[in-house]
Amino acid sequence: MKTWNRRTKVLLLTAVMAALLIALYALGALIPDDAVASSIQNAKQPPSWEHPFGTDALGRDLFLRTLKGMAVSMTIGLAASAISAVVAVLVGVCAATGSRRVDACVGWVIDQVMSVPHTVLVILISFALGRGLRGLLVGIAATHWCSLARLIRGEVMQLRSQQYVAVSRKLGRSSGWILVHHLLPHLVPQFFVGLILMFPHAILHEASVSFLGFGLPPEQPAIGIILSESMRYLSAGMWWPAVLPGLALVLIVLLVDKLGDHLRMILDPYSAQE
Amino acid sequence: MRGAGKRLACIFLGYGVKILSLLLAVSLLSFVLVTASPVDPVQQYILGLGTAVSPEQRAQLEAYWGVGQPPAQRYIGWLSRLLQGDLGQSALYRRPVADIIGERFQNSLALMLCAWVLSGLTGFGLGCVMGLYRDKWPDKILKKVCYILSSVPTFWLGLVFLLVFSVWLKWFPIGFSGPIGVQSSQVTWGQKLYHLILPAFTLSLMSFANIALHTRQKLVDVLNSEYVLFARARGEQDWALLRRHGLRNILLPALTLQFASFAELFGGSVMAENVFSYPGLGSAAAAAGLNSDVPLLLGVTLFSALFVCTGNLIANLLYGIVDPQIQEVAP
Repeated sequence: MKTWNRRTKVLLLTAVMAALLIALYALGALIPDDAVASSIQNAKQPPSWEHPFGTDALGRDLFLRTLKGMAVSMTIGLAASAISAVVAVLVGVCAATGSRRVDACVGWVIDQVMSVPHTVLVILISFALGRGLRGLLVGIAATHWCSLARLIRGEVMQLRSQQYVAVSRKLGRSSGWILVHHLLPHLVPQFFVGLILMFPHAILHEASVSFLGFGLPPEQPAIGIILSESMRYLSAGMWWPAVLPGLALVLIVLLVDKLGDHLRMILDPYSAQE
Repeated sequence: MRGAGKRLACIFLGYGVKILSLLLAVSLLSFVLVTASPVDPVQQYILGLGTAVSPEQRAQLEAYWGVGQPPAQRYIGWLSRLLQGDLGQSALYRRPVADIIGERFQNSLALMLCAWVLSGLTGFGLGCVMGLYRDKWPDKILKKVCYILSSVPTFWLGLVFLLVFSVWLKWFPIGFSGPIGVQSSQVTWGQKLYHLILPAFTLSLMSFANIALHTRQKLVDVLNSEYVLFARARGEQDWALLRRHGLRNILLPALTLQFASFAELFGGSVMAENVFSYPGLGSAAAAAGLNSDVPLLLGVTLFSALFVCTGNLIANLLYGIVDPQIQEVAP
């Protein structure tokens, strides 16, 4: 144990966390639909060994529903943040390498997206696309790219003023060649870290929008839908459908956030010597 | 002095043009999105009313939405009526949208203002404590708390508070802005405040982490500076240092950040209002979207953009006008 340095420890921890997330995801995705079928005689049972999260008003096991919902949320979150991150890279690189006018234009578009509160914008987009999965995906993807795009723009701006880029240009390389060989490789870590750090936000937004009733259809076992159903039974003292799935969501979000932080530490070359 | 006035006018003009262009773009974007949706606003309005409409009324509605006209003309017609203050009729509440927004904004403003002030004060205070005790146990604990709070969804926190404080402890009502069964005009200020506490508290908990962490970082930067080292050498203690050197340097960035966070505040209030059934703009937006009340949804979207732009404008002006360092540099 003592021979491991900090970097090795971080690396191991990251691997464990990633494995845990993948296992959770696989578990949720593999649960068959009839495992969460309703049974009236089991309805409204508090948490027990048989049902760790209790059962809901229709007698469905909440632990299995939460796991399943988490897999759905993770799929949506991952897809939306992947789209968002790609958009961010494209937009950021365009802004930094294009003319001043392109840069100003991109800045204006970012200001515009930022000027409508995200929740309202996702509601609007989801409404425009007729609710459901597609609206949710597009809505979340359309609202999350702004800050990463700004970050990447700054990064490319800085890279462009480096000496090796100037030398490359003097040697007669085209802008496209410089972009592919000098700029984009530098953006790969930024891209992945940005993606992972965007992921928890995307999951939280997905849950919020589903909670409001705009996202997934009510028969889908998503966290937001479980929580929104739990509101109806709150005054009757049913605490478990409200507290436990939400707690699971928070834990997953914290886990992914930590994973992103660790990944950044690993990819940061300055921490290699520690 | 004349130069300063001119500079101010320039700043105002610049931001004015920018905000106008942003609002115009938001209106275009939302109009396009709404027209692209499978919902037909005329049909939906008639459905929402639930009664038969006369052909004249229908013709009037179709004229409002410009049915049969090319999209550009529809947008321009809608925009010109919007600028005259005609936001259309809400089928859900059977009233003009402008009236609904005006009334609900008062409720939302009360909620957001309470949360904003509360989160600003606690965030700033805790940020100062964290900065002063950096890397000691108060800082470590508070940092963990901030970190966890920023990963907690607003609506879930609201649900948990509702469960603990309203259902179990019965300290606070379940929701709404006044007691059930009382006319809204007869609800007293005390009752309104009583119904406001829990949503405002939830909302403020969601946003104070950001300001606290920001303030901490700024204070750490100040305390690491050479003039603070010199002040320490002269024998100044922590709190005197904070009062004389810290506050002046960190107050303005914190205030600016707080004004620039209007978008998150509004987004959070949409969630909080829905959990607590609080009759504000956020619950109106969700209800409008779910019931396909197109004019109300458009109205709330535009209003939220206006609200966020105002916050950003104040944040920019605070920096441009109040901060003497930027005054020197700015052309």
